[in-house]
Amino acid sequence: MTVSELPAHPLSRTAVPPPPDPEPYRVLGTGRPDPELWPLLYRELVRGRRYNTQATALTRQGRLAVYPSSTGQEACQVAAGLALGPRDWLFPSYRDTLAAVVRGLDPAVALTLLRGDWHTGHDPRVHRVAPLCTPLATQLPHAVGLAHAARLRRDDLAVLALVGDGGTSEGDFHEALNFAAVWRAPVVFLVQNNGYAISVPLAKQTAAPSIAHKAVGYGMPGRLVDGNDAPAVHDALTGALARARAGEGPTLIEAVTYRLDAHTNADDATRYRTEAEVAAWRARDPLTLMERELRAHGLLDDAGAAEAHEAAERTAAALREALSGDPELTPDDLFTHVYAEPTSQLREQAERLREFS
Amino acid sequence: MTTATRGRSGTAEVSLAKALNRALRDAMADDPTVHLLGEDIGALGGVFRVTEGLAAEFGEDRCTDTPLAEAGILGAATGMAMYGLRPVVEMQFDAFAYPAFEQLVSHVSRMRNRTRGAMPLPLTVRIPYGGGIGGVEHHSDSSETYYMATPGLHVVTPATVADAYGLLRRAIASDDPVVFLEPKRLYWAKEPLPERPADVPPFGRAVIRRRGDSATLITYGPSLPVCLAAAEAARADGWDLGVIDLRTLVPFDDETVCAEVRRTGRAVVVHEAAGFAGPGAEIAARVTERCFHHLAAPVLRVTGFDIPYPPPLLERHHLPDVDRVLDAVARLQWDLG
Repeated sequence: MTVSELPAHPLSRTAVPPPPDPEPYRVLGTGRPDPELWPLLYRELVRGRRYNTQATALTRQGRLAVYPSSTGQEACQVAAGLALGPRDWLFPSYRDTLAAVVRGLDPAVALTLLRGDWHTGHDPRVHRVAPLCTPLATQLPHAVGLAHAARLRRDDLAVLALVGDGGTSEGDFHEALNFAAVWRAPVVFLVQNNGYAISVPLAKQTAAPSIAHKAVGYGMPGRLVDGNDAPAVHDALTGALARARAGEGPTLIEAVTYRLDAHTNADDATRYRTEAEVAAWRARDPLTLMERELRAHGLLDDAGAAEAHEAAERTAAALREALSGDPELTPDDLFTHVYAEPTSQLREQAERLREFS
Repeated sequence: MTTATRGRSGTAEVSLAKALNRALRDAMADDPTVHLLGEDIGALGGVFRVTEGLAAEFGEDRCTDTPLAEAGILGAATGMAMYGLRPVVEMQFDAFAYPAFEQLVSHVSRMRNRTRGAMPLPLTVRIPYGGGIGGVEHHSDSSETYYMATPGLHVVTPATVADAYGLLRRAIASDDPVVFLEPKRLYWAKEPLPERPADVPPFGRAVIRRRGDSATLITYGPSLPVCLAAAEAARADGWDLGVIDLRTLVPFDDETVCAEVRRTGRAVVVHEAAGFAGPGAEIAARVTERCFHHLAAPVLRVTGFDIPYPPPLLERHHLPDVDRVLDAVARLQWDLG
C-alpha cells in the first residue's frame, strides 16, 4: 500500500495528496525548448555565477564581512527570482541574495547584511522581498502569515519562501507547513537541498525518503525537482505559484542541487566532503547544462554567450564600484530605529555616546 | 452576557477580564486590520474568556483558532503585520509562550530596527502571567524579566480595570510590538468602568496609586493590591507608605519613580518574578544611580525566590505578601534616619 492509498482520517477535510514522484522532474534533455524563457534563464545564470564569484572576491578584499555563496545553486536562485509575479513576495534566507537580485533588488543593496553596514538595505514593502533571514527557517511562518493576510484581504498574490535542507529539521519548518496547509495559504516552499547543512550531510538531517515526501503529512502536494535544471525549477515554481494564487493552497518543492563553494568564505569544505564528490557535481553545473542544451537547440551561439558574459562583467564591475568606498555610518543610527519614539533611556544613552564620538 | 453591576458612580462594575474583552472588541470595531490569533480563542472564548463573543461578532477570520503551536502563531502574526494588519496574539499561559521566544527575540523585537524603520511591526502579544491561582506547574510563571531584557519590545502590565482597558487599547494602537502581561489572579477583580472609558496615561508613565511620605513601594501588576494592603496595614506602625504602579516596565518611568524616592528617601521594590537579575535589580540600580544622595537606606526588594515556580500548595510561601513587604519596610534603617 502506498501513502496515497492510505485512508484519510474521517474528520480530515483534505484528500490524501499523492507522494512525490521519486524521480526528480527535469525539462532539460526532454526536447521541449522554450525560445523565450531559456535564453533569459541562461543570461541570468551567467550573471548569477559572476555575482557569486565577485561577492566572494569582495570578502577577500575586506569589502564584505562574509558571503554565503550560492555557486552551484544558481538554477534555483534564478528560477525563484524570475518565477515571481510583480505582486508576489519573496522570503529569502541568507544564502538567497542572488534570488533577491534576480527579483530586482540592487546588487549592492542586496549585500547590505553581508557588508555589515546595516541588517537590511531595502524597503521590504517596495520590493516585496523580506529581509534576508539568518536564523534558520524562522522566515517560513512569516511567509505563511503574509500569504494568509493577503488571502483574507482577497489580494491574489502568492508568496515564495526559500529554505535549505538543514532548515527543514527546524520546528519552524513544521509549524509553517502545518499552518499553511490548514489555512490554505497561497505560499510555495522551495527547499534547496544542497546536500549539506554547513558540514552535516542530508542523511544525518532526515530519514525521510525525500524532503518532498514530508508534504504528504501536511496535506499538501510535494514535488521533487532537479535543482540544477533551471527550466524545471522555473516550471515547477510557476505552476505552484499559479496554484497558490488560484486559492488551491500551498506546495512543497524540493530542488536537489549542490553547493559547489564552501558554506561561506570562512568555511573549509575539504574537511567534510571529497574532491571526487564535488567533481561529480561540477559535471552537472547548472550553467553547463543550460548552455549545452541551448546550443543543441540552436538557441545560443558564441556571440550570444559572449554577450551574456559581458553583461555579467558589467554587473560585477558595478558591484565592485558600489562597494569600493567605506559606507558612511553615524553612531546615532544605533538608537534611531529601535522604537517609533526613542525611550528616555535610549535618549540618555545616545546623548552619552555622542560625548565619546 | 455580562454580570456587571451598577457602581455608585453610575458606571458599571466589570472584571479586569471583561475590560480586556471590551478593549479587544472596541479595537476590532474601530480598526478592520485588527486580527486576533490564539488557541481556544474562538468558540470557547479563551480559557480566561477574554475573547468571549468576538469570533461570533467579527467572524473566524478576525478571531482565529490556530493550530496549537506558539512559534507558528507568533511567526504567522509577524507575517500578517508585515502585510499591514495589526495582529493581537493570545498566549494561553505564561510558560506556554516560551516556544514563541525565538520569534519574539529574533524577529518581532527587531523588525523595525533591521529595516532601518522601513517595516515597523504593530503586534500585540497578550500573555496571562503570575501566580496565586493555584495553577499546577507551568501555569504561574512571571516571565517579564525575559521580555524586559529584549530591546525593541514594549512591556506593559495593567493592575487596574481602567488600565486593563486603556493600556490594551494603546498596545493595539502602538506601531511597535507590545508584550502585554495580564496578571491572571486579578482577572476577576471588579472595578467601575464607564461605557466610554477615558484615555489612560501613555506608555512610560507610572502612576502614584497612594501618596505617602515615609517610604515608597514600587510595584506593578499582580503585586499592586499586595502593596496597597501593606501600606494600609503600615499605618498602624506609624508609616505612611506611598505606592507606585509602574504600568509599563518598558519604557520605564525614571522620572516619577526617582521624584518619589528623592522625596521619601526609602524604597522597596515588590514583584513576583525571581529576584536575581530580575526587574527589581534593574530598578534598584537605576534608583541608586540617580538618587544616591537622597537615600536614607539601600533600596530593598521583596520578590519571588530564585526557584522554579513552586507547586500550588506551596506558592503562598513564594509570593510576596503583606508581612514580607512590611518586614522589608522595617529594615529600611529607620534608626539611622
